[in-house]
Amino acid sequence: MIPTPPDYTPALIVAIPLLGAFLTPLVSRINDKLRNIFVLAILGITGILVFLLAYNIFIYGGIHTYVFGAKDLSLPVVRILFEVDAMSVFMAAIAIILSGVAVIYSWAFMKENTGLDKFYTLVLLMVAGTLGMVLTGDMFNFFVFLEITSIASCALIAFWTHKGESVEAAFKYIVISSIGALFVLFAIGIFYAQYNALNIAVIASSLQYTFLDKVALVLLIAALAMKAGIVPMHMWLPDSYGRAPAPVTVMLVGATLGSLYGVLRVTFTLYGNTLELVVKEIFNSKILVTNTIGWSILVLAICSIIIGVMMALRQTDFKRLISFAAVAEIGYMFLGIGTKLASVGYNSTGTIIHPQHGITALEGGIFHIFNDALDVGLLFLVAGAIYYATKERSLDKLGGLARNMKYTTIFFIIGMLAVAGMPPFNGFASKLLIYESTYAANPIIAIMAVLSSIMLLAVFVKVLHSVFLGPALPKFKGVKEVPKSMLFAMGILATIIIMFGLFPDMVITYIVEPATDALINYNGYITSALGGI
Amino acid sequence: MIFNIPFIAVAGLILIGLYALIFKRNLIKMVIGITLIESGVNLFLITLGYRENSIAPIYTSSPGGIMALPVPQALTLTSIVIGVAVLALMLSLVIHIYRHYGTLDVRKIRRLKE
Repeated sequence: MIPTPPDYTPALIVAIPLLGAFLTPLVSRINDKLRNIFVLAILGITGILVFLLAYNIFIYGGIHTYVFGAKDLSLPVVRILFEVDAMSVFMAAIAIILSGVAVIYSWAFMKENTGLDKFYTLVLLMVAGTLGMVLTGDMFNFFVFLEITSIASCALIAFWTHKGESVEAAFKYIVISSIGALFVLFAIGIFYAQYNALNIAVIASSLQYTFLDKVALVLLIAALAMKAGIVPMHMWLPDSYGRAPAPVTVMLVGATLGSLYGVLRVTFTLYGNTLELVVKEIFNSKILVTNTIGWSILVLAICSIIIGVMMALRQTDFKRLISFAAVAEIGYMFLGIGTKLASVGYNSTGTIIHPQHGITALEGGIFHIFNDALDVGLLFLVAGAIYYATKERSLDKLGGLARNMKYTTIFFIIGMLAVAGMPPFNGFASKLLIYESTYAANPIIAIMAVLSSIMLLAVFVKVLHSVFLGPALPKFKGVKEVPKSMLFAMGILATIIIMFGLFPDMVITYIVEPATDALINYNGYITSALGGI
Repeated sequence: MIFNIPFIAVAGLILIGLYALIFKRNLIKMVIGITLIESGVNLFLITLGYRENSIAPIYTSSPGGIMALPVPQALTLTSIVIGVAVLALMLSLVIHIYRHYGTLDVRKIRRLKE
């Protein structure tokens, strides 16, 4: 019997990593091994709490709210509250899985570095920031956690300060993310000026869609999409993903998906109420605002997919290549979101209808968030393992490593097939949902998405050939398989990939559908915070 | 307020900051640009809470009259603290970049491109 989590679980989920972060330097003074165990224990406790909450929400439904500084929901307008629905807890599970894997991986990977107490402090801060971003129900709180995540991840990207490239990538990242966060803050100021509230539910319930709200919508979507790495704003992503240490890259994937969650929350909850009401008449045909936004997102998503794959084809740096593939994967998620927004229409009597293919598209997009985190995360870990074993990152100089590193090769093949959407793995299930539903919306988009997916496979087959196959190179003769902890970390991700790939029906029914329903149901989100006002 | 001067100042600060960020080639000047945008946003928040002829929102022995809204001031304080952290981090990165590249010109700092 799994116990019901107490009311204050959402607060604990953020507070425990935050406390652990600042205790880490103290524990580190005693013993390095103790510190590693301590960090993993902190993440383990947080993980148990996340999964308790997730189990409760996915089985019994409903929304957990926790109000800071009050026993109940009195005065929800002025209180900071955490509001956890199925979508939030879905993202929290992704973040905690990725960070747990990253910490296990860094035991061996970061062993030879100095300053590891700071490394683990920043890792725990980043976890706290990402979890806070997805659990909070308050716009300003979201901004604060966004900044915590940015600062911690920027410091982690620049962790190898003896390399100029890392510092350069980190500077790019901090410029992009601080501007993004400032625009988010500006949008929050606009909301506060009009509605006297910072609470997402309160703002959503009183949103009028004035001119200022349009400005705020553009600012929020542009800033958060920039942090999520969609194409015209993707330039920072290959740099920082490519130059950060491999475990940090895996956590960065989680932080990036946190920003993607921000886009989802803004479009479906904050503006969910108003976007469908507003109708514009152009040439005697009614165009909903949600369709305009949906089609803009669709165009950007297709650009992301195609440019990501094209750029991945010509990369010679292993991690940079995977980063461009990650850009393409982000495009697939936005494809699902865009199709949902673009598919909302009206029937002959003028009532708004939500076609089934739109909801399927959103389900595919949300499922793909989890799959992308697992697949791309696994590939980055493999690239890190290759770098650990050979100290070489260029694809031209690598070769024949399958002889020395057979487990890593197997993990790479699993990750490669999963990213490209081949049947027995998880990428297939979510991509199939996206293809089907976008085909119903517009066949050309679906065809481009399928073709890009095939090219993605071509990209990774090239990598497989040049890194793992081919003749044994004399300089890699002494290369050994990576330590067991790194293999174990990769094994966790590979196991989840295979489980998701074998039982996609169960995952969709028990996890993805509740998350999608929670995201679409903005009325539920509003009433659970305001108590049915 | 006369001619909404604070809001004009907000727009001015943000635009100058964006100009510096986009057109200046020196890393330090880019950092200054980001700081300018941040000051603009902070000024925006403060202006939202201000009412004409208002007093500080302290209730004990208050002389009465309109009070300024305290929430935007709390937000601005948080935002300033975050801004200081970001600024310190950016400047320390600039120091490291100068050590590695020997220049602060963005056109010459492009090892990542190849």
